[in-house]
Amino acid sequence: MPETTPHTMDAIEARPGVSKPDPILTIDGVQRNFGGLRAVDVDHLEIQRGVITALIGPNGAGKTTFFNLLTGFDAPNEGEWTFEGESLGGMPSHQVTRRGMVRTFQLTKALSRLTVMDNMLLGATGQRGEGFLPALFRPGWSQQEADNTARAEDLLTRFKLIDKKDDYAGELSGGQRKLLEMARALMVEPSLVMLDEPMAGVNPALVQSLLGHVTALRDEGMSVIFVEHDMDVVMGISDWVVVLAEGRVIAEGRPSDIMNNDAVIDAYLGSSHDEPTEE
Amino acid sequence: MDFEAIFGSALRSALGPQAAVYALLAIGLNVHYGYTGLLNFGQVGFMLVGAYGVGISVATFGLPLWVGVIVGLLAGVVLAIILGAPTLRLRADYFAITTIAVAEVLRLLFRSGPARPITGGPFGLQSVANEFYAINPFTRGIRMGPINYTTQVSWSLVVTWGLVALATLLVALLMRSPWGRVLRAIREDEDAARALGKNVFSYKMQSLVLGGVLGSVGGVMFAIAGSTVNADSFRPQITFYAYAILILGGAATRIGPIVGAIIFWFLFSGVQVSVRQMQGSDLLPGFLSGANAVGASALVLMGAALVLLVVFRPQGIFGDPRELKLDA
Repeated sequence: MPETTPHTMDAIEARPGVSKPDPILTIDGVQRNFGGLRAVDVDHLEIQRGVITALIGPNGAGKTTFFNLLTGFDAPNEGEWTFEGESLGGMPSHQVTRRGMVRTFQLTKALSRLTVMDNMLLGATGQRGEGFLPALFRPGWSQQEADNTARAEDLLTRFKLIDKKDDYAGELSGGQRKLLEMARALMVEPSLVMLDEPMAGVNPALVQSLLGHVTALRDEGMSVIFVEHDMDVVMGISDWVVVLAEGRVIAEGRPSDIMNNDAVIDAYLGSSHDEPTEE
Repeated sequence: MDFEAIFGSALRSALGPQAAVYALLAIGLNVHYGYTGLLNFGQVGFMLVGAYGVGISVATFGLPLWVGVIVGLLAGVVLAIILGAPTLRLRADYFAITTIAVAEVLRLLFRSGPARPITGGPFGLQSVANEFYAINPFTRGIRMGPINYTTQVSWSLVVTWGLVALATLLVALLMRSPWGRVLRAIREDEDAARALGKNVFSYKMQSLVLGGVLGSVGGVMFAIAGSTVNADSFRPQITFYAYAILILGGAATRIGPIVGAIIFWFLFSGVQVSVRQMQGSDLLPGFLSGANAVGASALVLMGAALVLLVVFRPQGIFGDPRELKLDA
């Protein structure tokens, strides 16, 4: 879709809940309460297709909870959301993934005692050999397995992990695990990639390389949402920024809009004066 | 001390039908614990329903043995589904507690007085395997060096070890497939498997059924080999012996359960006979010479041997030491 280039975002008003020309994900009235605490309370939010959307906010803003809700790892008390026009409310997480919305985790979940290659192959969807009876009959799935292996090798080459493909994933360094998790998510062939703090705990040298991989996803036509609280990282690569504080979307806009937004500055630094914050 | 007798007796147990039954239990546990990470502490429950499936069909209802075998295996499937449906979504520790409780409840239920018309209650069921021995092709027992088996034992031994080989082959085929890869992924991290589009509950259930049915095969052969079924054979320690066998051989390895079972029974039986002989020739200190002391001190020595194994080779005999370092 040539019209959904990042430039499209220039015409959009920087206002919470603003509608986008081609949303891949639309969220309406999603609330999640933990006892008396309302961790997530999003009235309306649209995520534009084919761009990098950053989800930022101070600690405890509900970013990860919001991720968990959208991907079926947690259930909201109220609200609904649609992905590619299909309602996902109440759908189990594995089915969310099969529809093309794949996530990674803040604390990297490399499958330690599986090899790097097995980690990758696991990501492929629609595998015939994953059924109990077909699994016993190797010719039924060996061709598919070979195709998946070839695709995994391409991805591993791109993520510079090809030399490690026969090592256990548990033997990788922290940064390599982040790369593996991202590469593994791509095996799903997603249309929307949700990265939960992809830069957390990664050494600065690797951050640049990770950022390059994230922008490459967009350039290949995928939509990306990523959670981050390092502002510099966010401003560098995102096309659109959504700011969450105390569970609510307090601002959204281009990075330049966000940097000068009083509500955002207040949320991060605390209000320095007694004026009410903008909604 | 007659070392040749001790060795012969130990070897006799190690290669006998009972060791093969335990190998089947351990192969099932390997599917649960070794590959899927399910902490099933009630494997003996699957063995029990397999054995009673044969016993009740044959001895109580007079059905043919093959019907009993099918009933025993189906009972394993049903038990796995009943056990798994409410608990597999819970955290691993709740599942573990439930399994041990269910196995013990089953034992107490089957041995209870009111169940006597069907299960024989505390007296159990006898003559459940006449049909099996009626087709015994052995006219003379197996002899190997210092050991020999009767014709009956030879027949059940060959069949049970044959089933062990089949079960090992089945599990090996499954675990090298993408299906097995999903199970291993669930063992490492359920949420990661879920995030990659795998229906974790369904795979855990399949794993529970497969390993449970292998345990029931063990129960079926246990009933046939002994030709009797008695509830008190199915005490919780059977499950823990099976775990000892699995860890001894190496969890998540193909032949670990087989070699584990052979070594376990070699040691277990060898230690028992040694202690009995030492007692006979007055080599034991007084406090160890009571009537019950043989079993107890054999278990103590067994325990010590297992502790040594875990200290010096924690990954088991066939385990990969690299894997242990990855738990950090």
